[in-house]
Amino acid sequence: MHRSSEVKHLASDFNTRACECFGQPPVQPFESHCPVLTDRTVRVQLKVLKVKDGSVFFIRVKPDRTGVVTDGVKHSMNPFCEIAVEEAVKLKEKKLVKEVVAVSCGPQQVQETIRTALAMGADRGIHVEVSGKDYETLGPLQVSKIFAALAKKEQADLIILGKQAIDDDCNQTGQMTAALLDWPQGTFASEVTLEADKLKVVREIDGGLETIKINLPAVVTADLRLNTPRYATLPNIMKAKKKKITNVKPADLGVDVSSRLEVLKVDEPPQRQSGVKVETVHDLVEKLKEAGRI
Amino acid sequence: MIFNKVLRAGVQAGRRFQSTGPQAGVRAAIAASREAHGGFSFELTDQQKEFQEVARKFAREEIVPAAPSYDRSGEYPFPLIKRAWELGLMNGHIPEDCGGMGLGIFDACLITEELAFGCTGVQTAIEANSLGQMPVIIAGNDAQKKKYLGRMTEEPLMCAYCVTEPGAGSDVAGIKTRAVKKGDEYVVNGQKMWITNGGKANWYFLLARTDPDPKCPASKAFTGFIVEADTPGVQPGRKELNMGQRSSDTRGITFEDVKIPKENVLIGEGAGFKIAMGAFDKTRPPVAAGATGLAQRALEEATKYALERKTFGKFIAEHQAVSFLLAEMAMKVELARMAYQRAAWEVDQGRRNTYYASIAKAFAGDIANQCAADAVQIFGGNGFNSEYPVEKLMRDAKIYQIYEGTAQIQRLIISREHLGKFKQ
Repeated sequence: MHRSSEVKHLASDFNTRACECFGQPPVQPFESHCPVLTDRTVRVQLKVLKVKDGSVFFIRVKPDRTGVVTDGVKHSMNPFCEIAVEEAVKLKEKKLVKEVVAVSCGPQQVQETIRTALAMGADRGIHVEVSGKDYETLGPLQVSKIFAALAKKEQADLIILGKQAIDDDCNQTGQMTAALLDWPQGTFASEVTLEADKLKVVREIDGGLETIKINLPAVVTADLRLNTPRYATLPNIMKAKKKKITNVKPADLGVDVSSRLEVLKVDEPPQRQSGVKVETVHDLVEKLKEAGRI
Repeated sequence: MIFNKVLRAGVQAGRRFQSTGPQAGVRAAIAASREAHGGFSFELTDQQKEFQEVARKFAREEIVPAAPSYDRSGEYPFPLIKRAWELGLMNGHIPEDCGGMGLGIFDACLITEELAFGCTGVQTAIEANSLGQMPVIIAGNDAQKKKYLGRMTEEPLMCAYCVTEPGAGSDVAGIKTRAVKKGDEYVVNGQKMWITNGGKANWYFLLARTDPDPKCPASKAFTGFIVEADTPGVQPGRKELNMGQRSSDTRGITFEDVKIPKENVLIGEGAGFKIAMGAFDKTRPPVAAGATGLAQRALEEATKYALERKTFGKFIAEHQAVSFLLAEMAMKVELARMAYQRAAWEVDQGRRNTYYASIAKAFAGDIANQCAADAVQIFGGNGFNSEYPVEKLMRDAKIYQIYEGTAQIQRLIISREHLGKFKQ
């Protein structure tokens, strides 16, 4: 009871709060499934999100227009989450963090994604089991609740997520997680430096680069230029098999994953109309004037 | 769900057995999945899928863009080889106690196919390492393994397999390089030719004749040696300019009074022929996998082009003449893949796979050439041109019908094995 009203309050407040404090663009519709939680002194938790592979070209809308076809479409780790994993592993290699925990929410298949994170250098994984209908409607709000609960349980000091998922482009989970935990956030990070017990984050914003200093514990979301993710080497893949992945259910964390959103319809973008070829620049200007464009 | 559990159990069982070698692990995993599938399975383990993913990513992101310039310049692709070494994609066969991963032939084949997709020149340079190491892996004593395999895992070194001579290729028993015992050493004189990695190797596996008596049978007349490349008297020739796989380093090597300590003899005097031939059963499946990777590349390039190029009002892929060509290419690629997988699986099970290995190599070599030529055909005039990727494939494919046992020798082996089975 208390939790849902608290969340509602936060959600409605979120827009103003976000815009005021962090110069964020307005909240966009739901997305992302799993943030990377990283822990400073004890554990770093990473979120790894399994999305439709970025190189898949032919995505089709389902006949009932409730979404896109996901059966048989290749899924892989969200590119921004890869960058998040890489950053966490780098922090561990610099001996600034003790443990990196990779977390993913979803059905059985996300274990593969967690294993990839383990092969990149994470120490252990947590698989939050969400499947079937719940998985289809899983959105940033539910995921951020799960993450907030896990962060408290695991006593994480730093949460690193990809800034957004490339399938729904929501860009919300990081921000919501920080709000739920009442932690500071450094989003769109292109550089992260640990200084004593503060985090210096260089953020990519519309106007350029903004550098902020935030206290730990904190939430960071990774942007494209933060680093270049490493390949998982074959020996590391073999070592990753020995690393543990624990299974957890959202109910165990006291999180209700039912969605407050209903997708009304999903449409393809309109077909591109064919253009008209003109001979000269003069013709082009004439045509544009005719069409009322200039 | 159940299948996943069983496979995981199988893989976990495989993990428990890891220390006793990859074969045991693979057998356990296969036995576990067999229960779920009634005895036959085309499923890869999770680990195999991950290995394949890494190799695929590396090949498509790093080898494919760099391959055309290496082909034009003929420069040895050391940066790519070093990267592959760092990722653990090379030297997979080296046992764990020498610092390697002790992978089975099947896993190595999966990786090889993906690398060959990128560039077979690069893949051959990498594969030659496996060929050179195989005699040591199967016949070396502990000291030899630790010394010569150990160093390969400590830094990215190359090795080579020195058997072919200017006057003897298929007829291995006809090689003339002589090794004469003098005290605690052997003195070697002779000429080798077409040695892949000849100019880049840190050490060679050398086959030489130790018994001068022409009546001595092949199974007793030859000895296998490990030769350090910097031994005085070892003279690599110039890098040969070949039709294809031009980034791979192929040379003649002259041995002039080269002294080899007796510690570097594999097994003992006279055991060489069997070792040299035994290595092939393990290296032919990866070569077949390489040819399949090339054919797959030809198929993908041709398909992409066919869906872009238009003629007579529609995409060329919509004309049956072209779609039938693509269909036949697809048939050949799928069958070649199944053939090398069977050959690799057989040897990983601990069985003699000569029959399947020869079938895989012969078939894959032939279809690689056919698919490459068909890809050029589909590209039309563009295919003949060096700005498009398929003419390189055609040039690279030819050697698959020649090295590691020519197409004709493979047919000899297959017929011998087949008739042998029949007569039983």
